[in-house]
Amino acid sequence: MGQGFRRMATIVRKEWLHIIRDPRTLALVIVMPVLMLILLGYAVANDVEDLPLAVADLSRTDASRTLLEKFSASGFYLVTHVAQSEDEILAMLDAGTVKAGIYIPEDFGRNISTGGVGTIQFYIDGSNPTVAQTAQLAAETVSQATSQQILIQRLERSGAGLTISLPIDTHILYLYNPDMRRMNFMIPGLVAVILQVQTLLLTAFAIVREREQGTFEQLIVTPVRSWELILGKILPFVLVAFLNVAMTVGAGAFLFGVKVAGSIALLAGLSLVFLLSSLGLGVLISTISRTQMQAMYMASFIMIPSFILAGLLFPRENMPWLAYYSGYLLPVTYFLEVVRGIILKGADFFVLWNWIWPMAVFSIVVFFASVMMFHKRL
Amino acid sequence: MSAENAVEAVQLTRLFGDFTAVDQVGFEIPRGEIFGLLGPNGAGKTTTIRMLCGILKPTSGEARVMGFDVARQAEDVKQRIGYMSQKFALYNDLTVYENLDFYANLYGVKRETFKPRLAELIDMAGLRGHEKQRTADLSGAWRQRLALACAIVHEPPMLFLDEPTAGVDPISRREFWEMIYTLAGQGVSVLATTHYMDEAEFCNVIGMMYNARLIALNDPDSLKEAMEGVLLEVDCDQPGAAEPVLQALPEVTDVAAHGVSLHVLVEVETAEHAIRQALVQNGIDPRRIERVLPSLEDVFVSLVDKENRLRLRAEIE
Repeated sequence: MGQGFRRMATIVRKEWLHIIRDPRTLALVIVMPVLMLILLGYAVANDVEDLPLAVADLSRTDASRTLLEKFSASGFYLVTHVAQSEDEILAMLDAGTVKAGIYIPEDFGRNISTGGVGTIQFYIDGSNPTVAQTAQLAAETVSQATSQQILIQRLERSGAGLTISLPIDTHILYLYNPDMRRMNFMIPGLVAVILQVQTLLLTAFAIVREREQGTFEQLIVTPVRSWELILGKILPFVLVAFLNVAMTVGAGAFLFGVKVAGSIALLAGLSLVFLLSSLGLGVLISTISRTQMQAMYMASFIMIPSFILAGLLFPRENMPWLAYYSGYLLPVTYFLEVVRGIILKGADFFVLWNWIWPMAVFSIVVFFASVMMFHKRL
Repeated sequence: MSAENAVEAVQLTRLFGDFTAVDQVGFEIPRGEIFGLLGPNGAGKTTTIRMLCGILKPTSGEARVMGFDVARQAEDVKQRIGYMSQKFALYNDLTVYENLDFYANLYGVKRETFKPRLAELIDMAGLRGHEKQRTADLSGAWRQRLALACAIVHEPPMLFLDEPTAGVDPISRREFWEMIYTLAGQGVSVLATTHYMDEAEFCNVIGMMYNARLIALNDPDSLKEAMEGVLLEVDCDQPGAAEPVLQALPEVTDVAAHGVSLHVLVEVETAEHAIRQALVQNGIDPRRIERVLPSLEDVFVSLVDKENRLRLRAEIE
């Protein structure tokens, strides 16, 4: 037992030296999570706010100015350009300098003040459907709210001293993600991505590299046992994974304000359970690949569908039934629910139990099956 | 099992699917002796070594190394052997000392003897002053010596070397064999594969492998003496043209190029006359024909030739 522990510790130490000395591994360990976070945080996250808006106000009346103020105040739009004609707005949309444009004709103010209908023309760049949809919704909401206000003013004026309020006032309250911010959805997902991708790739590479170099054959003739070898190989990556999760959760809190609502200890503990499945898959890939290139392809083959099916990128609710139920075969599907539950809702162990047990079962089965298949052999 | 033998292999066979890599190979290596396994690439040398080291399981037959069965007692075998594979399996991103330290820990070298043992190995390999150098920066010869040091860190009584001198310069090769001699002098048994025939001369016993089979097994001198026929060295002005002419003679068993001259194997020495006649008739000047002692290379070529002829005959029948 003492010798076995010594052999395992020796492998751990050597593996650690490989990690800190190989610039590629080190880059994968440090740069990848940070890069993903920045990409998702600043580039991909298409929360619709401050869309550049071009304005052509030919009416120049109180009514038109009120309407434009409402657009600015909504936060969805930022007036960046002032135009004089419809053509000018279209040119700016063509050039991509603005994402939306509003044209208020000369007769707008007059029509409204005489009790008629003021028509405005709104333009939206529809090339990104997500942005366009939100922009359209925002434009409609702003216009309707302004219309209502004008309507009330008209009634109040005619009714002399009468105070009028709208019959229905709907209050909508978003729970758990009050600002509907994409980062709140993405950060927990990123924890899952890192635990899956990082760990799986590093583990698979660490073993396959030895096969490629021929050092694996040398290890086989030493008294080291399969269990000592495999534990020695994966323990450093468990540490790396935890470091990365801490980095991601920390950066999420400080840079993007996504605080962990639930227990950090529970998050760490369940991450460890999920980690077993990634480590297991890494070991499995290394058992069936001869070269790092093969391992890479094999890993993409597993990871890309799993992220799509697990609902990391697109909500699972909209998937066809086959894809929807396939998601239940992947540990990462359950883990995503668990992480989102803990970080966003502050859910505890018992609330999450329905997600935890299948995840644990899958992870443990994958891990032990993979490790059993891994033999100290060529 | 004799306690005198470090290795005993009996009818050792390994199949890879339909392909027979090693076919009923049997030999013994007495303790403290150097055994050379010769043969072309693909003859089955590496597979034989891998079975003896417990890396591959034999399909049939059995082998005992230091008294332990390689198939059933692989872990006992592993404690008692050192193995140096073809590729000098070292970790390039680790330093000289870290490589040694790694293997010493895996083999469980005792803490009391750890430091002196590593110092001793560094001196033996001539790597003193380079302990902190990355292995990637070492020359081929140094890597080879470090690989040897790693293989013997636990002082194994049996050492397996798979083409230990591939890609190393001649002077370093000689120095390496001196180290092997020193180890053998200390009682270590050695099995080395090689295709350098000059290195085979260093061995006490030679096994020649060809097409998965052991086709000869003896000490170098006996192998040379046992060679059938007489070897003549023929020096002429057109060796290229002479070869097919001689090959066609009924007296000649085999012709092989040997430097600028030809080595011609004949059944009786009197064939010299026929050779001279044939060359002159074809306008080739036979400058010198004399009887020479066969080298191991000649022995090997002749054995392979005989083997091929036997096989052909068997196929025809």
